[in-house]
Amino acid sequence: MDRDLRKKLYRQMVQIRHFEEKCAELYAGAQIGGFLHLYIGEEAIAVGAINALKPDDDVVTHYRDHGHALAKGLEVGPVMAELCGRATGVCKGRGGSMHVADVSKKMWGGYAIVGGHLPVATGLAHAHAFAKDGLVTTCFFGDAASDIGEFHEAMNFAALWKLPIVFVCENNLYGMGVPIAMNTAQQQIVQKAKAYGMPGERVDGMDVEVMHAAMTKAATHARKGKGPYFLEAMTYRFRGHSMADPELYRDKAEVEEWKKKDPIHAYRALLIKEKVFTKAQADALDQEVLAEIEAAAKFALDSPFPDESTLFDDIYTPAGGR
Amino acid sequence: MPVITYREALRQAIQEEMRADPKVWILGQNIAAYGGTYAVTKGLFEEFGPERVRDAPIEEAGIVGLATGSAMGGTRPIAEIMSINFTLVAIDQIVNHAAKMRYMFGGQWSAPMVIRTSSGYGMLAATHSQTFENWYAYVPGLRVVMPATPYDAKGMLKAAIRDPDPVMFIEHSNLYGQKGEVPDGDYVVPLDQADVKREGADVTLVCWSSMVKPCLQAAETLAGDGVAAEVIDMRALRPLDTATVIASVKKTSRCVVVEEGWRSMGVGAEIAARVSEEAFDWLDAPVGRVAGKEVPMPYAKNLEKLCIPNEQDILAAVRSIL
Repeated sequence: MDRDLRKKLYRQMVQIRHFEEKCAELYAGAQIGGFLHLYIGEEAIAVGAINALKPDDDVVTHYRDHGHALAKGLEVGPVMAELCGRATGVCKGRGGSMHVADVSKKMWGGYAIVGGHLPVATGLAHAHAFAKDGLVTTCFFGDAASDIGEFHEAMNFAALWKLPIVFVCENNLYGMGVPIAMNTAQQQIVQKAKAYGMPGERVDGMDVEVMHAAMTKAATHARKGKGPYFLEAMTYRFRGHSMADPELYRDKAEVEEWKKKDPIHAYRALLIKEKVFTKAQADALDQEVLAEIEAAAKFALDSPFPDESTLFDDIYTPAGGR
Repeated sequence: MPVITYREALRQAIQEEMRADPKVWILGQNIAAYGGTYAVTKGLFEEFGPERVRDAPIEEAGIVGLATGSAMGGTRPIAEIMSINFTLVAIDQIVNHAAKMRYMFGGQWSAPMVIRTSSGYGMLAATHSQTFENWYAYVPGLRVVMPATPYDAKGMLKAAIRDPDPVMFIEHSNLYGQKGEVPDGDYVVPLDQADVKREGADVTLVCWSSMVKPCLQAAETLAGDGVAAEVIDMRALRPLDTATVIASVKKTSRCVVVEEGWRSMGVGAEIAARVSEEAFDWLDAPVGRVAGKEVPMPYAKNLEKLCIPNEQDILAAVRSIL
């Protein structure tokens, strides 16, 4: 893999990690409200997969969406401002943590009704098929979303109409606090896709280059008009489901075991070993990212709350608008 | 002016809009070669082909979600859901997704789509004979219309297809065969204005969809008694054109609201409340209500007939407040 790309993948994972840690701090300080779901531990999936896409390809994701947004190229400041409910947020403070979007980057948002975004993503893929523009849609969701009806309705449509979509299941082994074995009869989630005649594979979601390679293959398949592709990325969230989660349902030893597979630590060691950068360069990069995140938090907290006169804006499209 | 059926008026609207805009397409169950459950789409498949007149599987959430995403991606979908009872299967997509697309992401995009569906009854029993326009009219972000005449059906459907936001376009199974004057060629009827279907100075009858006809019949009977009833067809339920109703009540000082559906928690209650709020000083009697019986609809013809308001019910309500 190209050295610059490897550095980019590493940097984005570090950026997401530090971003999420800052979010936890701001949440504790009541600057971020509502529910906050951190992506820590799962960074390799979004970074590996999204970097294998074209800039104009769509991304649609679930409520644990900060990582996908940053990997799609959204700037940290306006994303942090959105989480803090500020006017400068990417959605003007209307969406919050679970609904981060920037249409100019083809990041169509996080969605917080489990499974509900799969049909919408399938529709975006339909628009590409209709326009014959050669673009693809990628839809991320969790393992527990594969149990709900809308998952199956989307699978059926995508396969039946051979739509250009890649489904990426982030299998972190828990649906909130319930282990996968107690949630779903078929724990090899990729088998559910195979029931619809869809090609797919289970991959190591803790390895960013594995994710990049898998997505390259999957997106190429979809782009060629061969229909949808399914990736089941095995992963683990290092933090609770949300900030409100005391994690009583899982063994500390299990968490520690997975932390040994930390996608960032492993990749950092690999890139130093393969002389992509030195340890000193990696440390400098970490510091640079930390400073960027601090600046983003400052930008967010210095930003005004939405003007109260805008409350009713954007319920409907203004005349002549789109 | 040509006299055609409500069904033919709808078909003309779709056909003309599809000819004018190559991005308009229609999906739904049995709409292609079959020609539509209520034969609205008959002949469209032959003219526009399988990419633009597309049979969909029996998965209403999938249909609405796919239409929403495709609309976000640049097409102009018309999603036909055979019966409003079946829209309940898609209500997550309608309420949590289509209706939220613009506001929740800060006005970044719209979902220009029409959900065409049908209300009605006819010895179909409890799950196939319900009215749910109030459920959708409750939701900011949706437009909800229910045309009663062939003229309004064509003009409002054309307006709905061109509208930049999601429109719930609710037809009625008892109206498809009704005839009326409809101009050839292009015209639109606004999606936010009630229509005075008959003028009168003594009492205001407020109705929509299937109830317009019995109200007009009642007005004719009342005219024989020397009572001039004004009949207002709401046509649009969100936004609700209260101004037309209030102006009428200020003239007549008496008002009866007539609806097919259950009396409690419905659109009729909302209209009655607004009349009380905005025209209290002009009222000479409490606002009258005529509504369906609050039972799950029975199958037997005689029992079903008891549930649906008729001309006699309307006359009784009017006479009780004269």
